[in-house]
Amino acid sequence: MVFLLSPASILLIIALFFIGGVGALFLSRFSKDQGRLAGFWGHGLALLGSLLALTVALAVLFFGQGIVFSLPGVLPIMPFDFRLDGLAAFFLGVIALISSVTSLYGFSYQKNFYGEYSLGVFGFFYNAFILSLMLVTMANQALFFLLVWESMSLASYFLVVYEHHKEENIRAGFLYFLMAHFGAVSIALAFFLAYQVTGSFDFDAWRQFSGTMAPVTQTLIFLFALLGFGTKAGIIPLHIWLPEAHPAAPSHVSALMSGVMIKTAIFMFIRFFFDFFPGAEMEWGLVLLVLGALSSLLGVLYALAEHDLKRLLAYHSVENIGIILLGLGAGVVFFSLHLETFALFSLAAALYHTLNHAIFKALLFLGAGSVVQATGTRHMESYGGLIRLMPFTAFFFLLGSLAISAFPPFNGFASEWLTFQALFVGITSASVIVKAVFIFAIGSLAFTGGLAAACFVKAFGITFLARPRSAEATGAREVAWPMLSSMGVLATLTLLLGIFSTVVISSLVGVVASIGLTDPLTLRFPFMEFVTAREQFAHVLSLDTLFFSLAAVLALVIGGVFWATRSRKVVVGETWDCGTPLTPRTEITATSFSRSLITIFRGILRPTKQTATVYHDENMRYFVKSQEVTTHIHDPYRQALYYPLHTMLLFISSRTRRIHGGNVNVYILYIFLTLIGLLVWTTH
Amino acid sequence: MDILLFLLQLLTVPVLAPLCIGVIRVLKARMQNRVGASVFQPYRDLYKLFHKDEVISKDASWVFRFSPYLIFTVMVVIGASVPVITTLAPSLSGALVPVSFLSSGDFIIIIYLFALATFFLALSGMDVGSGFGGFGSSREMTMAALAEGGLFFSLLVASIAAQSGTVSTIVESLQTIPFQSYLPLLVAFVAFFIALLAENSRFPVDNPSTHLELTMIHEAMLLEYSGKRLALMEWASASKLLIFIALGANIFFPWGVATSFTLGALALSVPLFLFKALVFLFSIAFIESVMAKFRIFRVPDLLFTSFVLSVIALAIIITF
Repeated sequence: MVFLLSPASILLIIALFFIGGVGALFLSRFSKDQGRLAGFWGHGLALLGSLLALTVALAVLFFGQGIVFSLPGVLPIMPFDFRLDGLAAFFLGVIALISSVTSLYGFSYQKNFYGEYSLGVFGFFYNAFILSLMLVTMANQALFFLLVWESMSLASYFLVVYEHHKEENIRAGFLYFLMAHFGAVSIALAFFLAYQVTGSFDFDAWRQFSGTMAPVTQTLIFLFALLGFGTKAGIIPLHIWLPEAHPAAPSHVSALMSGVMIKTAIFMFIRFFFDFFPGAEMEWGLVLLVLGALSSLLGVLYALAEHDLKRLLAYHSVENIGIILLGLGAGVVFFSLHLETFALFSLAAALYHTLNHAIFKALLFLGAGSVVQATGTRHMESYGGLIRLMPFTAFFFLLGSLAISAFPPFNGFASEWLTFQALFVGITSASVIVKAVFIFAIGSLAFTGGLAAACFVKAFGITFLARPRSAEATGAREVAWPMLSSMGVLATLTLLLGIFSTVVISSLVGVVASIGLTDPLTLRFPFMEFVTAREQFAHVLSLDTLFFSLAAVLALVIGGVFWATRSRKVVVGETWDCGTPLTPRTEITATSFSRSLITIFRGILRPTKQTATVYHDENMRYFVKSQEVTTHIHDPYRQALYYPLHTMLLFISSRTRRIHGGNVNVYILYIFLTLIGLLVWTTH
Repeated sequence: MDILLFLLQLLTVPVLAPLCIGVIRVLKARMQNRVGASVFQPYRDLYKLFHKDEVISKDASWVFRFSPYLIFTVMVVIGASVPVITTLAPSLSGALVPVSFLSSGDFIIIIYLFALATFFLALSGMDVGSGFGGFGSSREMTMAALAEGGLFFSLLVASIAAQSGTVSTIVESLQTIPFQSYLPLLVAFVAFFIALLAENSRFPVDNPSTHLELTMIHEAMLLEYSGKRLALMEWASASKLLIFIALGANIFFPWGVATSFTLGALALSVPLFLFKALVFLFSIAFIESVMAKFRIFRVPDLLFTSFVLSVIALAIIITF
C-alpha cells in the first residue's frame, strides 16, 4: 500500500509501458513469426501497466491520499511535475480500466494483422498512446502537459493510419492530424495567456493565483481552451475528424479513442473551469449547455443516417460528449450562482456519464470489432442473423445497446437521470434566458434518448437479427475467448454500475468535492460524509430495487406461463412470406430502417437521393434491368465552415507567395527591414 | 393480509386491462350502430390464446422468444408503481407508503421503462426477417422517438408544479393546487393525451384493428406471434393503455384519489377512477370513430404539436 501511493508506482507504470513499446519494436525486428510475439509482448505489457495504473488510481481514491512529485526536466523551464489528485485518479482509473480490457482484447484481435502490418510498430504506438493518455491526467506543468498531449495525438494518429494499405485510412488520418494540431495550437495559446497573467507554467501556481485577471484575458483563455479541448472532445462543429478517424483505427484502439481519449478534454474542461480559474461567468455555462444540447441531438441524428457500424458508434460519441457537457455546463452555471451543492451534483453527473460512456462505448466498439473480424466488412447491410453464429458477442452488444440507449436499470440511465435532475434545478432559476437554455437542454436530452433507442434497434437488429444478408455473414464464426471475456467484463460493469448507482454517485460527489483544495496531500474523499446524500438518492433512484423486482416478476411470469401452458406444443415453422420465397432482399435494410426518421428531420439532415436506372430497352423504358440508388446526407460543416477557411488560407498563401521573388538582394532587404522593425519595437 | 394487498397492487393493472380494450370495442361498435361483443371478450381471447399451440418462425432467435415475457413483466412492474385508486398503500411491514412497487415511482424511470418495452418489441419485430416486422419496427421507433418529447415534458410540467418527481407525490400535492396554477396543467394534459394515443398505437397514429400492411405499426411487429406469446403481447399492450389512462386521470385530474387507506376514501376513489377511465375510453373510442388515420408523415406534426404544447405549459408554470 505504501508502494502504491508512492512516486515509485507511477515510475513503474511508465517503465512497463516503455518496455512494452520498445520491446515490441525489438521483437518484431528479430523474430520471424509475422509479429505474433511482438504483438503478445506489446499487449501483455500494456495489460500489466494498465492493471497497475488501475490499482494505483483505486488506491488514491480509496485512501484519499494524492501522489505529488517532481522529476528534473531536460530543460529548466520544463520540469516533469506529477500530481495525481482525486479528479486525476478518477480519469486515470477510467483510462486504465478501458485500456486493460482493450489490451486483453488485443491478444486475439492482433491476428488480423499477421504478415500484413508490423505488430512491432503497433505495439510501440499502442503503448505510447496509453502511456501518454495516462500522463495527461497526471501532468502538473503546462509545457510538460503539452508534450504528453502532443504525443497522445501523434501516437493515436499513427494508430489511425496503421492499416495504411487502405487509402481512406490515410485520408482520415490526415484530417485527424490537421484538427489535432489546430486544437494543440489553441491549447498552447490558452496556456501562454495564462502564463502571461500568472507568470508561471506551473499548474499549482495557476491554482494559487489570487490577482485579478482582465475580463478580456479570461474570456480569451476560456475561448482558446474551449476550441482546443473541444476539438479533441468532438463537439459539433469541431467534430469532423471524429467519425473519420475513430472507425479507421483497429477496433480496440477505436474503443480507447472513443471511450477515453475524448474524455481527456472533459478532464481539462473541469480543470480550467473549476480548478485553475474558478469563477467563470455564467455565460460560459450557458455556452457549454447549448453546445452540449446541439452535439447530443445532431450527433444522434447523424448516427441514424450511418450504415457503417463503426462510424455509427463514432457519431454516438459526439452525442454522449454532448450529454457530458450538459452536466458540466449546468455545473458552471450553478457555480457562478454560488449554488455549490447543485454544482457538485451536476459535475458528479458529468463524471458519472464519463465513466459510463467509456464502459459501454468501449464495449460496443469491441463488439463491432468482433463483428468486423468475423465478417470482414463494416457495412451493416451485409450483416444479419449473427445472433445465431456469434451468440456471446450478440448478447454483450445487446447489453451495450441497452446501456447506451439509457434503459433502466443499466448505467447509462443512471447518469442520464442524474443529468436530468441537474437540469431540472436550472429551470427553476431566476433569469429567463437561463431558464430557456435549460429547457432547450432538457428537450434535446429527452429527444436524444428516444432517437438513440431507435438507432440501436437499427444497429442491433440489422446486425444480429433475422437472416444473414450476405455470404460474409453466413460464414461468420464466434470470436476467441480473450475478446469475449473482455466484452464480458465491460457488459457486467454496465449492469453493476447501474444497479449500484447510489453508491457510485456518492463516491463521485466525493471526487468532485476533492477539487479546489490547494493542498494536494490532504485531499478529502468523504465517502462517509455523503451518506445522507446517498440515502436521499436511494429513495428516488432505486435501480437496485427495480432490477430485483424486474427479475422476480420475470421469473414469476415465465414460471407461471410455463406451468399454465405445459401441455401446449411449440411448432417451428416458416415466417409468413405471402407466397414469395424469403430472401435477404425481403428483409428491411439499415438505410430503409432510418429512412422515415431522416425524412422527418430532412430540414437538418437534407438527404439527397440519386437513382441510376438501366432499362432493357432504352427507347421503350418500361422494363427496368437494374437500378442503383445512392443516398447522401448534407454536410454543412465542411461546406459552410471548413471550405471557406480552406479557400481563404489558399488565397492568402497565393498572395504572400509573391514576396518570394527569388532575388537574393530582395531577401536581404527583407532581413534589413525586419531588423529595423524589431529595433524600433524594442526601444519603444 | 399484507401479502394480499401486495398482490392486489401487483395485479390490479393486468386484471383490469383487458376490460379497457373490451369497453373501447363496445363503445366503437355502438357508435357504428353495431351491438358488438361483450366487454369481457378480451378475457376470452386471452384464455383462448393461452390454450392454443404455438408456431414460431425458424428465423427467430431467443430475442423473439424472450421479449413477450420481458414486455409483460415491465408492464406489471410499472402498473404496480403508479397510483390507480390510492396514492398510499400498506407496505409489507404494515406502514403506509407511497403507492409504488419500487421504492420510487419516479416519472423518468417510468417513461424509460416504457421505452425499454418498446425497444424489445421493435427487436422482436425485426427478428423474424419479414418485411412487415421490419417496417413495423422502423415506424414504431420513429413514432416512439418523436412522442417521447411530449410525454416527457407534459409529465415534467406536473412534476415541477408539484415539486416532486415521484408520481404518487405528484398526485397528492396537485390535489390542493390553486386554480390559476391548474391551467398550464390542462395544456400539458392535451400534450399528454396526444402522446397517449401515439404510444398506445391508437388513431390517428395507428389503427389497432387492422392487418393491412400499408397502415399498421404495432400489429406488424406482432404478426409472427401466436399462442401464449401473442397472448402476453396483447395483454401487455392492454396494460400499457390502462397505465397511461391511470397516469393521465390521476395526475391531471387528481381530485378524489384516495390519499389514505381508509374505507371512506376508497369508497369515493374507486367509482371516481372508474368514471374517469370511462371518460378516457370514450374519448379514444370517439376519436377512432369520427376521424381517419393520419398519413404517416403527417403524424410527426401532431407529435411536435404535443411537444410544443407541453413546452408552452412548462414556460407558463415556471414564469408564474
